Amino acid sequence: MLDFLNNQLVFSLVLMLVVIGAVNGAVAYCIYFERKIAGWIQERYGPNRVGFFGLFRNFHFWGLGQPIADGLKLFLKEDVIPACVDRPLYVLAPTLVFTIATIIIAVIPWGGWVDLDGDGSWDVVAQVANPDIGLLYFLGVASIGVYGVVLGGWASNNKYSLYGGMRGAAQMLSYEVPMGLAILVVVISTGQLRLEGIILGQVGGGNVWNVAVHPLAFIVLVITQFAETARAPFDLTECEQELVGGFHTEYSSMKFALYFLAEYAHMITNSALLCVLFLGGWHLPWVPGLQPEDTSIWAMIFKMLVLSAKIAFFIFLYMWVRWTLPRFRFDQLMRLAWRGLVPAGMGVTALAALMVYFNVPKADSWLIKVVFGLAGNAAILLLAVLFVGLTKGKATGRQTNLSDLDLVSPARPATAPVGGPSA
Amino acid sequence: MIRDTDIIIVDDQRRDLSLAERFYLPQIGQGLSVTFRRMIGRRLTVQYPEVAREPRLQDDLTDPHSQINASRYRGVHRLNRDADGRVACVACFMCGTACPAHCIHIEAAESPWPDREKYPAKFDIDELRCIYCGMCEEACPVDAIELTYEYDVVGRSRQEMIFDKEKLLEVYDRTKDIKPRKNPRITGYAGTGSPDHQPPRPTGDEH
Repeated sequence: MLDFLNNQLVFSLVLMLVVIGAVNGAVAYCIYFERKIAGWIQERYGPNRVGFFGLFRNFHFWGLGQPIADGLKLFLKEDVIPACVDRPLYVLAPTLVFTIATIIIAVIPWGGWVDLDGDGSWDVVAQVANPDIGLLYFLGVASIGVYGVVLGGWASNNKYSLYGGMRGAAQMLSYEVPMGLAILVVVISTGQLRLEGIILGQVGGGNVWNVAVHPLAFIVLVITQFAETARAPFDLTECEQELVGGFHTEYSSMKFALYFLAEYAHMITNSALLCVLFLGGWHLPWVPGLQPEDTSIWAMIFKMLVLSAKIAFFIFLYMWVRWTLPRFRFDQLMRLAWRGLVPAGMGVTALAALMVYFNVPKADSWLIKVVFGLAGNAAILLLAVLFVGLTKGKATGRQTNLSDLDLVSPARPATAPVGGPSA
Repeated sequence: MIRDTDIIIVDDQRRDLSLAERFYLPQIGQGLSVTFRRMIGRRLTVQYPEVAREPRLQDDLTDPHSQINASRYRGVHRLNRDADGRVACVACFMCGTACPAHCIHIEAAESPWPDREKYPAKFDIDELRCIYCGMCEEACPVDAIELTYEYDVVGRSRQEMIFDKEKLLEVYDRTKDIKPRKNPRITGYAGTGSPDHQPPRPTGDEH
């Protein structure tokens, strides 16, 4: 029955349809769960009224019809294009951001290799495309994503939108440095950029999930992913309070919806990257059906569900953090990147290089890797504690006050009248 | 340019951050645990209209979110009845004068009863115009007009939302069991009080 699938091209096409549909549906329901979780954290219920076509009088399906109603509403709203916008770019920007968020899905390894005809050979891989440079493709395409924000901010002809776009660009540039360093850890120890290969390097005998060896790199990557998706506490691009929505102030109707959907699609793909790089992708240790030897079509579906569950956990984490933490101030944001994450990223990269020098990633026992990795991480943490302990930090987090010597004119005594002639 | 030496800090509450605070992550974990406890905890929303808050005269502090304090809630008005079931209003126009929204319209007439001079022939309150401030209740010398705990008042037209005397008396009949009429302590005027606070009633023979 499934013979026609025994061809990577046909298999990829079918998988593409399934995955695009699933991700777009998941994106709609992400918005529903975002509102639910916001409600729960604030001791409310969240949306729980919209059921399906009023099927039952007193049962509303926990409000699960809400995304359909929201989508319908956004479709029917007036699509306002303000008078003085840069029209081509204004229309292009939301399309670009959503397209980019969607095409990243192509390289996510959903379910490992599949043996369709049962002859023991690995026939097709449950991945739309499996290029050698999968990780590079992922990073390259994800970096274009910021164009949508910058173009939208620029094309809107609105100073607040432009501020939002500029902040977005500065933030992405800053956080791509530690993100690259954290990803480099995985690339150095696995020795390849192929995403399916990176998973296979974490599973099976003698291998262990990268998070057990490089927990610090994992934490750095998680933080940078929050910044890359511009989610709270890094959502400076769309500050409601200062920037009136930032880059999407001037967008309405489906164009606004595309930005909104792209944000959630971005969360899904970035969570998938985290799972693949550090949490073994579709793998769970000791669970039959989730090992690389399990190549039946059912094992593939099981693996896809496991990866989806891991992604769902990270989506939950994104939302949980969003409703917990207030937004960073811009100087705090930059300080965290350049003074916190970049040195930490350099530390873990050096550790990974050291481990390759001592041939640890090729070791037969996973225990050696874990012990070596954790010892290195502890050393990095100790260095950080020593360094941070030697400096002082005020509760406001602002720059320390300038001493009198730093001022150009000689200092006046504190009792001198304010605004008086300087000495 | 304002220099640091120009700034006089009256109450410097800034302190040095602890090591954990300067690493962000431990404190973030603490914050996440707080929100997680909220997430799995009790919801405070009342699922109206399936569940309605219960009107009570006294607060039950064990469950303050499931109840309305009927003694102070400012919902739809009522016109109270006296001990004989007659309208307690003496048509003094104090409520209409006090009303900032001008939503009370009274037409006074000579009272058919011997214990008072006037009574309201018409008493209309425009419930759409009313702002539910409660000043009519404060102004009333005989505590004839009161605000009740009823909030779910609907109508199909504006006309329907102008409550006349009969409708306001109906509200009293509906709500008197949960919120009994207050005693008119200010004047004790005529026979308008409730049964347990009766001033001596004039018989009408004095004229």
